[in-house]
Amino acid sequence: MEVEQTPGAPPPLIARRKRKPFDWSTAGILAVMATAATIVYFRDGRVRFFEILSHDLHLFFDVLLKVIAGCLIGAFVARLLPREAVTRWIGAESGFLGLLIAALLGTFLPGGPVTIYPVASAFVVVGADAGATVAFVTAWTMLGYTRALVWEIPFFGLEFVAWRILLSCPLPILAGLLARLIIRRMPHWEPKP
Amino acid sequence: MMLFFVEGLLWVIVAALALAAAVRGRILFREGLREGVMDFLRLLPKVLIGVVGSGYMAAVMPPDIIARWLGPESGFFGVVVAVIGGALSPGGPVVGFSISAAALKSGAGAPQVLAYMTAWALFAVQRFILWELPIMPRGLVWTRVIASLPLPFLLAAAAMLVGKP
Repeated sequence: MEVEQTPGAPPPLIARRKRKPFDWSTAGILAVMATAATIVYFRDGRVRFFEILSHDLHLFFDVLLKVIAGCLIGAFVARLLPREAVTRWIGAESGFLGLLIAALLGTFLPGGPVTIYPVASAFVVVGADAGATVAFVTAWTMLGYTRALVWEIPFFGLEFVAWRILLSCPLPILAGLLARLIIRRMPHWEPKP
Repeated sequence: MMLFFVEGLLWVIVAALALAAAVRGRILFREGLREGVMDFLRLLPKVLIGVVGSGYMAAVMPPDIIARWLGPESGFFGVVVAVIGGALSPGGPVVGFSISAAALKSGAGAPQVLAYMTAWALFAVQRFILWELPIMPRGLVWTRVIASLPLPFLLAAAAMLVGKP
């Protein structure tokens, strides 16, 4: 995706793409889940089938409130983010602090791949280096808090998720440092603003 | 109790952001609200399928095979299997989580499950092809992939070392 840059006006940090409510990957998952449910019904009997169904529906209603909260946070943060400041903090000269800030941004900026990759490429356009961009994407992937709250905790419980996140904390910074090492070896991979 | 607190915090954040948006302008507030609700409605079918389906997935997964390939005794080999499996699993928000929760229930070890989840989050082939490659500069994508390769292994090693979760 090309993001046009006009002097004085930073490019839109959050470019949203319309998501279809149903896509092929969802259809694939649906097919697998339906097969699993059918197997349970015929192998383990009706009672077991409805036992699992009621337990999972319970979980579903439990998750609903968190999902809607996560979506609202994403929509508001996308509109409130101070763009000029963000681009100043993670520019090419930002050093280790830039990696740290980029990782923090990735952790706290909500959204799925629909929002995060356009944001990352906007970073590049305004002059962020490969290290900061990699730290940002990796932090979003591994530490993103809306994802942890909305999806992980209902499946795994608080303790498991807390340990996972604690152990993952240094990793985005490490990925950013590695990315800078790689770019030093492969200078032509450095994205051009 | 703790979960209740986490959920409360989530809504405190929502309220604070909504207030900040409302102070900046009525249109900003209304647009944010509308978009948040629309996103929620779009996600709803996926959440339903993922959450309701994962229970059946767990019931169907063969525990002996999971335990042999990914169990606590499977060690580093299990981690490698988990990383490859994670990269090959389809993207989308629910898939990786429901599969790993099911695997954990049927006897996989925590470090192996962490490696699977992380590899899925970092490398899921489908997300990589659909989202990352078309949007990001090529060289940067390769840099990210190479720089991220050690991460699932490091996380699994850290989990084995600490003995948690």
